[in-house]
Amino acid sequence: MEQDFNRVKPYGDTLGDGKTQLSFTLPLPASPEAKEAARRLAAKMGLEEVEVVYMNELGEGFSFFILYGKCPYSIDTTDIAVARVETKAMDFYQVNQFIKEKMSRKITVIGACTGSDAHTVGLDAILNMKGFAGEYGLERYPQINTINLGSQVPNEILIKEAVARRADALLVSQIVTQKEVHIQNLTELVELLEAENLRDRFLLVIGGPRISHELALELGFDAGFGPGTLPTEVAAYLAQTLYEKRN
Amino acid sequence: MSEKLKIDQARVNSCRNAAAQIATGLEDLLHEYTTTSIERTVVRLLGVDGVDQFDVPLANIVVEQIKEKGKLEQGIAYYLGNAALNKGLSLQEVAEGVARDELDLSELSEQPEDKVKDFIEKTALTKINEIAEIREKRFKRQQRLGLGKKPWLYVIVATGNIYEDVKQARAAAKQGADIIAVIRSTAQSLLDYVPYGATTEGFGGTYATQENFRIMREALDEVGDEIGRYIQLVNYCSGLCMPEIAAMGATEGLDMMLNDAIYGILFRDINMNRTFIDQHFSRMINAFAGVIINTGEDNYLTTADAIEAGHTVLASNFINEALAEQAGLMSWQMGLGHAFEIDPNLEDGFLLELAQAQLTRQLFPEANLKYMPPTKYMTANIFKGHLQDGLFNLAAIITGQDIQLLGMLTEAIHTPFLQDRALSIENAHYIFNNAAHFGQEITFNGDGIIQQRAEELLQQSEALLKDIAANGLMDSISRGIFAGISRDKNGGKGYQGVIKRSENYYNPFFRLLREGITSYGTRF
Repeated sequence: MEQDFNRVKPYGDTLGDGKTQLSFTLPLPASPEAKEAARRLAAKMGLEEVEVVYMNELGEGFSFFILYGKCPYSIDTTDIAVARVETKAMDFYQVNQFIKEKMSRKITVIGACTGSDAHTVGLDAILNMKGFAGEYGLERYPQINTINLGSQVPNEILIKEAVARRADALLVSQIVTQKEVHIQNLTELVELLEAENLRDRFLLVIGGPRISHELALELGFDAGFGPGTLPTEVAAYLAQTLYEKRN
Repeated sequence: MSEKLKIDQARVNSCRNAAAQIATGLEDLLHEYTTTSIERTVVRLLGVDGVDQFDVPLANIVVEQIKEKGKLEQGIAYYLGNAALNKGLSLQEVAEGVARDELDLSELSEQPEDKVKDFIEKTALTKINEIAEIREKRFKRQQRLGLGKKPWLYVIVATGNIYEDVKQARAAAKQGADIIAVIRSTAQSLLDYVPYGATTEGFGGTYATQENFRIMREALDEVGDEIGRYIQLVNYCSGLCMPEIAAMGATEGLDMMLNDAIYGILFRDINMNRTFIDQHFSRMINAFAGVIINTGEDNYLTTADAIEAGHTVLASNFINEALAEQAGLMSWQMGLGHAFEIDPNLEDGFLLELAQAQLTRQLFPEANLKYMPPTKYMTANIFKGHLQDGLFNLAAIITGQDIQLLGMLTEAIHTPFLQDRALSIENAHYIFNNAAHFGQEITFNGDGIIQQRAEELLQQSEALLKDIAANGLMDSISRGIFAGISRDKNGGKGYQGVIKRSENYYNPFFRLLREGITSYGTRF
């Protein structure tokens, strides 16, 4: 059978079987009734031929379930378009070369984990000398002047520092978040910049495990980078976009 | 445990000597300064509790009043005692008077010094005896119910709501957890006061308050009775209120405290003078209260590379040991930290990890080592993550670790769900049981990868410790030797709370704690 891109559904071992794997906890002690409740719930989610393959009592009146079912729905993938960072891929040397030749000055990047977030692992992966997955961080780029403000930086301080250090781009990392606090925090940064008429002065970039480029644009940022992003991707984006912005 | 790695004892001695020299280098600082947080701890230990109408703790209000007058150099204890005798009030009433703006402690006529000190010593001794009683009661309960088999399974709860935490903690205990840590709300380490009362809102965790401690302790004792196993409770004695939280933990019967000497300087940018002074007093309280401290050098590897910087963790273990001894902690109270953070794509990464875990075990045989799971290379592929945690559990059982902070398959996605915790406990049970005596059955190749890595680690640690000893710990941290982070001596948060003591500085707890520590001996 040929794949029909107008009708795409999950694949188990036969095209079109719709096989889907699911797990969740219910606030019920393990029992045949709880198992049936899990099955009905998955059916209500739209799955067909649901099988509860595993049930385990977790104590305190909770049980864990693993289920399989067939998804009856399909998706037309021919009309999907997702916003993505469009700049050309470049390596460490190409980025430095590009900045040196086209910008005739170094670019300044200021990064921070803002708000209450104390987790700098993402920010450090992009900024630290050492970098991530064998790729140098921005601090190692001779043509990039990198300032890492670290964790728990209030938005006001980030803006103040960015102005004082004449930054070209702001890199904000959000890792640990609960109850969507990262959205509030990111929105606040954009609002503060707009209120001070500074929004257009900087390239605004966010990164983190829950960040996508689409979300970034929605929140009023210029770009967003999700998990697994390498420093070169960010550097290439910054160099090319700053160059375009100037011209 | 038979000695698997050949270790050059002369090198180990040289590491310990350097670490002792590093600790001695801090003594002047520890003896000549106090901090606002230490003075607030004194207020709390003297029995003052509560907050004003704006939720500001009375401990802060009292200390702030004297600090503003520039008189905190003498210590808060004298002023509190003087006011109580002068007005015929209890210390609690004195603090409430200050909070209502009715009393200025610095303006009262001075009572005879020996009378004031007599009064304070009596009150202080009552508290010291109370803490000793709580400790003994806790040890008895531990003996009666028994602690779980080692490695102890350590899991976190972090809902933000203490009552929800209780549900998750009870369930975790029933699933087999031995230790429950209530993760704090992310920004609490930077608060220069301790929040008050039971709390139901937090970000990425639940506020450490005395009432929250009490609620969780009670719940764990209850579930411990039900399942016939003692459940240990952990919280975070770090940040700007380090010693205050130690005092709260001692009062509410906590078993462990995260209590590192350097972590806050590097990862929270708290001033290093403040941190060193505070960690010392907080560790004295933990020592007396029979609390196991957990150190935090495992975190270095979240920013630095595990292979390149593995020796910095080991060097920091030696320093934390020396500083813990300086504060009176016994070996079993030292939960020295290390972590499985080697890149999973590295060939023989598991062998290199075994080298560090086994070396740490052999170098600190009496310590309750705290082993931290992979976090840096967790990818949100929960299936691979579960396997990474399995390998971590295998390394722990082979090398005989003590406190196993269980990795979660959903690390890098969210704070643990109930099912994540259950799966991680199941993972550990499976491996700890299946490979229970694996470590005793194997020996390492005498000049193999593991032995060679261990030798390299020890050599590098020795060189680093000697370098730190020569330059002093503070200057070394300014040079960025740990985690690749450098901090300025006079920079960071909380420096304004560091105060030079005057000649007549008075704090009864230094003496009482020191005497108390030497008198109570070991746990079992």
